[in-house]
Amino acid sequence: MATVYLDHAATTPPDPAVLAAMRPYQEDRFGNPSSLHAAGRAARAAVEAAREQVAGALGCDPLEVLFTSGGTEADNQAVKGIAWAAREAGRGGHLVTTAIEHHAVIESAEWLAGHAGFEVTVVPVGADGVVDAERLLAAVRDDTALVSVMAANNEIGTLQPLADIGPALADRGVPLHTDAVQAFGRVPLDLDGWGAGALALSAHKFNGPKGVGVLVLRRDLAATPVLHGGGQERGVRSGTLNTAGIVGCGRAAALAAARLPDEAPRLAALRDRLLDGLLAVDGVTLNGSRRRRLPHNAHVAVAGCDGEALLCALDAGGVAASTGSACQSGAASPSHVLTAVGAPQDRAHIRLTCGRTTTPADIDRAVDVFTDSVNRLRDAGGGFV
Amino acid sequence: MRVLVALSGGVDSSMAAALLCEAGHDVTGVHLKMAGGAESGGGTGRGRGCCTLDDARDARRVADRLGLGFYVWDLTVAFRDRVVDDFVAEYGRGRTPNPCVRCNERVKYTALLSRARAVGFDALATGHHARLRHDEGRWRLRRAADPAKDQTYVLYMASQRQLAHTLWPVGEHHKSDLRVMAAERGLATAAKPDSHDICFVPSGDPGDFLRHRLGARPGVFVGPAGDVVGAHDGAYRFTVGQRRGLGLAGSGEPLYVTAIAGERVHVGPREALDVAALEAGDASWVAGSPPATPRMAAQVRYRGRPLPAAVDVDGDRVRVAFPDERPAGGAPGPAVVVYDGDECRGGATVDRTHLT
Repeated sequence: MATVYLDHAATTPPDPAVLAAMRPYQEDRFGNPSSLHAAGRAARAAVEAAREQVAGALGCDPLEVLFTSGGTEADNQAVKGIAWAAREAGRGGHLVTTAIEHHAVIESAEWLAGHAGFEVTVVPVGADGVVDAERLLAAVRDDTALVSVMAANNEIGTLQPLADIGPALADRGVPLHTDAVQAFGRVPLDLDGWGAGALALSAHKFNGPKGVGVLVLRRDLAATPVLHGGGQERGVRSGTLNTAGIVGCGRAAALAAARLPDEAPRLAALRDRLLDGLLAVDGVTLNGSRRRRLPHNAHVAVAGCDGEALLCALDAGGVAASTGSACQSGAASPSHVLTAVGAPQDRAHIRLTCGRTTTPADIDRAVDVFTDSVNRLRDAGGGFV
Repeated sequence: MRVLVALSGGVDSSMAAALLCEAGHDVTGVHLKMAGGAESGGGTGRGRGCCTLDDARDARRVADRLGLGFYVWDLTVAFRDRVVDDFVAEYGRGRTPNPCVRCNERVKYTALLSRARAVGFDALATGHHARLRHDEGRWRLRRAADPAKDQTYVLYMASQRQLAHTLWPVGEHHKSDLRVMAAERGLATAAKPDSHDICFVPSGDPGDFLRHRLGARPGVFVGPAGDVVGAHDGAYRFTVGQRRGLGLAGSGEPLYVTAIAGERVHVGPREALDVAALEAGDASWVAGSPPATPRMAAQVRYRGRPLPAAVDVDGDRVRVAFPDERPAGGAPGPAVVVYDGDECRGGATVDRTHLT
C-alpha cells in the first residue's frame, strides 16, 4: 500500500506544472542570466518573470525579491546582513528574537553574539506557542538593530502576532525580519501590514524545487552581503543564478498564491479531521494553540509512548510523520520549541502536516495507523529505552 | 521475518545486515547513539569507540548501499544512567565491572529489544560474534566460529525469551573472511579498524576518564608485609592483577595489584594473585543450570582463557573452584562465565575471591 505522506512541513512534492516550467532551463535554455548575449537574455527574462511572480504573490516590488539557495541562506543573509549593516551605520548591536525560531535564525543570532560582539535577547513564548507582542516589544531598545520573529512555527505550527509587532517596530525605526517559510501558501502574508523589512521563503515548502529560496529585502533596508562575488541580486547575493530553480520557484509561488483562498480552508478541514481522530485516542493532547495555527499542521503529545518508537511504528504502517522538525531528526534531543512551550518530555511528540495531495481517505488511514500503533506500543511498554 | 539490525558503523554489524538481506529477511538498520558530548566521544575521530558522528555516517552509508530503511535511536540517557554511571560508581567502590556486559544486559537486550518488538520487528540482530542453536526446545549459546573474536563472555546473561528474538549472523564466520566479504559487497566499512577500547572512553585511558569523573582520591600502596610502599592519587586507576603503571620503584621481584580496599591498594608477587576459588551472585544460566561437575571451564576475563573449573550452583549464587590452573587475580565486579566445551552455559558477577 502506498505511503500516506503527512510530512509537508519537511518538504512538499513538486507540482507537475512547476517541473514542466523548469525543464527547458535544464536543457536547451541553459544560458547564464548575467550574460549579454541572446542565450543569457532568454535566461534573464525567465528569472525576471519569476521575480515578478514572487513579488505578485507577496505584494512587494520585484526589485525587493532576491533569490537564494534556500530558506536557511535567506535567514542567514537577513539576520547577519541587516545586523552588520546596522552596526556599520552606527545603529547599535542588539538583536531581539524568540525562543521558537528556526535554527537558521537562532544559530545566526547566536553566532553574531558569540563571534561578532552582538547582544541577543531571546523572548520566551507562552505555553500555547505564541509570543506575547507586548513582551517582545518591551525587549526592544534604542540600540536594537533587528527584530526577527517567524510568521509561523515550523514544528507546532503556531502563528505569531506580526500585525501587533510590526507597526510598533516601524514607529521606532527598528527593522523586522520574518521567517515565513512555513506560512507562505498556507496563510495570507501581509508584508505592508506587518511592516516587514525582510522575509524568507523556501520554494520546496510550497510545491517548488529544493535549493531555491527567496529573501525579500525592502528597498530602504541595508544588508551587508554574506556571500561575496560577482555582485548578482542587487549586490547582496553573489553567485550565478539557478535559472531552472528560480523559474520553478516563481511558478510555484504564483500557483500557491492563486490557490490559497481555496487551499487554506481545504487544508484546515483535513487538519481538523486529523486532529479529531488523533485526539480521540486516550492520552493524546494538542501541542500549540488550536486557534492561532497553520491550517495544515497537527502536532500532538502522546502519553505512554516514546517518540522515536512511535515514529518507527507509523513508518512501518505506511504513514510518513515527524518528531519535531526534520532538520534535527536523526538523533532526538528535545526540540527547543517543545522545551520553550514546556511540553512534557516523558512522551511522544508527533507532527503530521497535510498538503496539496492529501485526501480525506489519507487522513482516515493515518488515524487508523496512529491509533493501532499507539495501542500496540502501549501494550508493549511504550517502546521507551 | 522483519529484522532490525543494530549498525554500529563497523564491519561486523555491516556484514550482519548484508547476510540477513541475502537470507531474504525484511531488514531495517538502526544506529544507536549511546555516548554523546565532548566528554565521551561525540566528536568526529575514527577508529575508537563506536559512537562518533563518522560512525553514524558509516552506518548510514552501509544501509544505503544495502537499500535498507535506517533509523538513529538516541539511547544516550539510558546508556549514561545504566552503563557509564554504573562503571564509574563500581570503580569508585574498588570493583572492576565489564561495561559491555552491562550494556548488553541493561540496554541492548532489554530496552532496545523491547522497543524493536514493540515497533513490530520479529527479531533484533547485532554484529556480535556468537552462535545460537535451537536444541530440544531450548536456545543454546555457543562460541563464535572465530575463537579470537568470540563474544559469548559478554552475552552470558541473555534469557531464553531474549534469545528467541536474537540473530547473530556473523558468529558463523571468521573476522578475516568477513572483511573480504564486506569488500566484495562494496561496503565502506570493510577495512575499518576494530575497536578494542571501551566505547565511551575515546582516549583509550579509563584511568583519565575515571579521574575526570571521580576526582583525585589520594591513597597508599601496601606491600606484602603490610607496610606502606608508595602513594597514588586514586585507587580506581588500578585493577587487581595490574603490574604496569604502578610507579613503584623496582626492588627486584615485580609487584602486582593483589587487592583494593578503599584507597589502600595492596601489592604483592605474582603468586599472591592466584585464585583458588571464587564466589559470584546474580547468576544467569542460558539453558538451565550447569551440572555440578569439575569438567566445566570458567573464564573470568573477556579475553581470558577458559580454565577447568568445578561449579556449584546454589540459587542465584555460584561457587567456582579451579582445581588445576588458577586464574590470576579476581577483583570483585567482573563476570565469571561458565563453558561446557564450546557452549556458554551462563555466568555470574564475582563478589569474592579466595586465594587458598
